[in-house]
Amino acid sequence: MGKVIQMKGIVKSFGNIIANNRVDFDLREGEIHGLLGENGAGKTTLMNILYGLYSPDAGEIYIDGNRVDIKSPSDAINFGISMVHQNFKLIQSHTVVENVALGLKGTGFFFPARTVERRIREFSQKYGFKIDPHTPVWQLSAGEKQRVEIVKAFCRNAKVFILDEPTSMLTPAETGELFKLLRLLRVEGKSIILITHKLDEVLEVCDRITVLRGGKKIKTVDINEVNKKDLASMMFDQEISFLGRENRMRKVDKDIILEIKNISVLSDKNLLAVKDVSFNIHRGEIFGIAGVAGNGQKELVEAITGLRRTVNGNIYILGRDVTNVGPREILDKGVAHVPEERIRMGVVPSMSLEENFILRSYNKEPFSDGLFLRYDVISNHAKELISRYKISALDEKSPAITLSGGNIQKLILARELTISPVLIVASHPTQGLDMKSIQQIHELLLKQKEDGCAVLLISEDIQELLSLSDRIAVMFDGRISGIRNTDETTIEEIGMLMVGGGDRV
Amino acid sequence: MNLIVDILRAAIPAGTPLLLGTLGEIYVERSGILNLGVEGIMIMGAVTAFGVTTLTSNVWLGIFASTITGGMMALIHAFDCVTLKANQTLSGLALTMLGSGLSGLIGKRYIGMPLSSKLQNVPLKGLVNIPVIGPVLFDQDPLVYISYILAFLFWFFLFNTRFGITLRSVGESPEVADSAGINIPAIQYFAVFLGGIMSGLGGAYLSVAYAPVWIEGMTAGTGWIVLAITIFSLWRPERAILGSYLFGGVRVLQYRLQPLGISPNILNMMPFVFTILVLMIASREISKKRIGAPASLGVSYQREKTL
Ligand SMILES: Nc1ncnc2c1ncn2[C@@H]1O[C@H](COP(=O)(O)OP(=O)(O)OP(=O)(O)O)[C@@H](O)[C@H]1O
Ligand SMILES: [Mg+2]
Repeated sequence: MGKVIQMKGIVKSFGNIIANNRVDFDLREGEIHGLLGENGAGKTTLMNILYGLYSPDAGEIYIDGNRVDIKSPSDAINFGISMVHQNFKLIQSHTVVENVALGLKGTGFFFPARTVERRIREFSQKYGFKIDPHTPVWQLSAGEKQRVEIVKAFCRNAKVFILDEPTSMLTPAETGELFKLLRLLRVEGKSIILITHKLDEVLEVCDRITVLRGGKKIKTVDINEVNKKDLASMMFDQEISFLGRENRMRKVDKDIILEIKNISVLSDKNLLAVKDVSFNIHRGEIFGIAGVAGNGQKELVEAITGLRRTVNGNIYILGRDVTNVGPREILDKGVAHVPEERIRMGVVPSMSLEENFILRSYNKEPFSDGLFLRYDVISNHAKELISRYKISALDEKSPAITLSGGNIQKLILARELTISPVLIVASHPTQGLDMKSIQQIHELLLKQKEDGCAVLLISEDIQELLSLSDRIAVMFDGRISGIRNTDETTIEEIGMLMVGGGDRV
Repeated sequence: MNLIVDILRAAIPAGTPLLLGTLGEIYVERSGILNLGVEGIMIMGAVTAFGVTTLTSNVWLGIFASTITGGMMALIHAFDCVTLKANQTLSGLALTMLGSGLSGLIGKRYIGMPLSSKLQNVPLKGLVNIPVIGPVLFDQDPLVYISYILAFLFWFFLFNTRFGITLRSVGESPEVADSAGINIPAIQYFAVFLGGIMSGLGGAYLSVAYAPVWIEGMTAGTGWIVLAITIFSLWRPERAILGSYLFGGVRVLQYRLQPLGISPNILNMMPFVFTILVLMIASREISKKRIGAPASLGVSYQREKTL
């Protein structure tokens, strides 16, 4: 089999960080090649170099055996490369169609939307990706945006597809459909690079695997030579266990922390997105919400955190009515929020790490003395969190956007958990994290639970919900289609409820 | 009734330089570049059109020359903002100062001179007989008719073509456009150049059609009002038509009210008071409909820096 792509001795550094240190990588024709490594290992950087977004400090790239110089994404596209970006490259104010049409060849100069709309509909029908082509992207939830990002990449005629964590917010069913598509493309002789932190996925679909660690390439292996344990030991320098810690203390307090009573919430399209939903979360309880993205989870979370008005019903925190009082007051009640879109809602990308750490408390002691910010305190606070949460960053003064995706997620969690919250509202808190960090986050959440904190956990990962939650509610079409005790349910039952089967409560 | 038709009919030519300038500035800002040099480009367009018309006795040559001047001046701005990534506000302001100074110098000899060949009204047969609309819209000079067509084309291209999607994307997020393989400098150069042509044309309209004379500083803030209408129109060509003729109407009223004994100082304030009102209305609409300025307006893009 011929080699479509060869990268030799790629070096790329940012300041003191060497993100890629003499990395060799090759991709064969008609293969699915997994790219693994912990957060900050340099996966995205290597792919950005191949896609022309970064220029390497040293190294050579060959396509079909010919030495090439990829100076811009436009060069990469002309070489037949298409990419799904980890940080979605979508224009918020444009519709799905306009986003897909941007830069797409073969649409005709006039009325490009018509052809593109047809292509999107065909694609979503064939692969079960539900997307309304005429919705502006800002109205979509993070999971839906991920679908758009995927559709956009596959609407292009390419021979190499780079997928940088395409499944971090997809449901198992959607991931299955995506893999079906990948296998089809493989038969057609296309080549695919797949980055993910989910080892099961890698073992399910990949032919070969390359592992990066600390910017260096560790090894490229054939799929039938390895198992999960081998991969993990290549990725991390210390042993990690797969079981991690589970929630074994399914006992919860009687005290109610969060009470949701018959709330209804409008979406950005002015349609009812949350329809008459009620539930309680008790002290020391982890309450999971499962569901396919776009079924009202986003609006529900925004209502609870004060970012969106409810049209009906009431929200109580510790018995106090906080319906529509606004985000500041809700935060001050001790509610931590890990938003679903980390870059858009979780951090100020251009501000430094240390400033991002105090976004919630910049106006309070000890960070402010009433008039001035106390940067010595702020900087020490940042240093402490960086080491406690093992965030890999140049230093606390560098802008948040220079962190790798997983490290931005850790930054947000670190900030939100330091306030000793009474309630944590966490949307996909472990999205894009490597196994080690996931375990770290799970530990943290369970620790909070033991300390009496209530947790509302929204996730598309049923496995994660099952291992953490005390109870799981499933949302479908704006309603809760069922609430189950985790001990008494199965993946299959949750899966059924997610597509609308089941009781209405 | 006749009075109203009269006012409306006068509002069209008064609004035409505004419309031409605004259409151009909409494209410029949609590409992410802010050009505060409109006033300077317009006045240069005005003096060029007047001068060349006087030299050649051909008003169309004068108009053509003004578009060249406008385009060239805009290229200075494009070079500053796109190639050198200089501060867009400063570069625009400098252009305005350059324009007003240079036009004064060039125009010295034309002060008080009558124009040899002025743009004449050409009533469109058939159409002009439609009651009210006919005399208002179709008893005008050819440049007004051209501006109607341009307004339609600017709208059509922005929302119905590949080019339109590309242009809007560059202004919203150069980062996204870049990763879709778009040549950002090319789009921005083109948009700024086109904007210059339109501003030059707007200036020409003032000196060869609207008031066929050359007076130093004759644009008198037209370029600044163009920037206000660009915001009022929410960066949409079809709304620019409404905005421009509204302002045209205000300008006409300014003259009609003078004989009634209202202080000319107050009347002179009218366009600017109206500008403030219009911006207030626009900003309310922007926050309500969640639309706004192109998200990357005024921000230079450099690949590895913004990722
Ligand atoms: N533009 C940049 N400026 C400075 N540092 C950067 C930049 N991009 C990446 N880095 C650094 O390079 C290292 C590798 O980052 P990269 O994004 O490639 O990691 P990754 O393997 O994709 O991780 P993740 O799984 O978290 O997405 C990180 O330490 C990151 O902080
Ligand atoms: Mg990454």
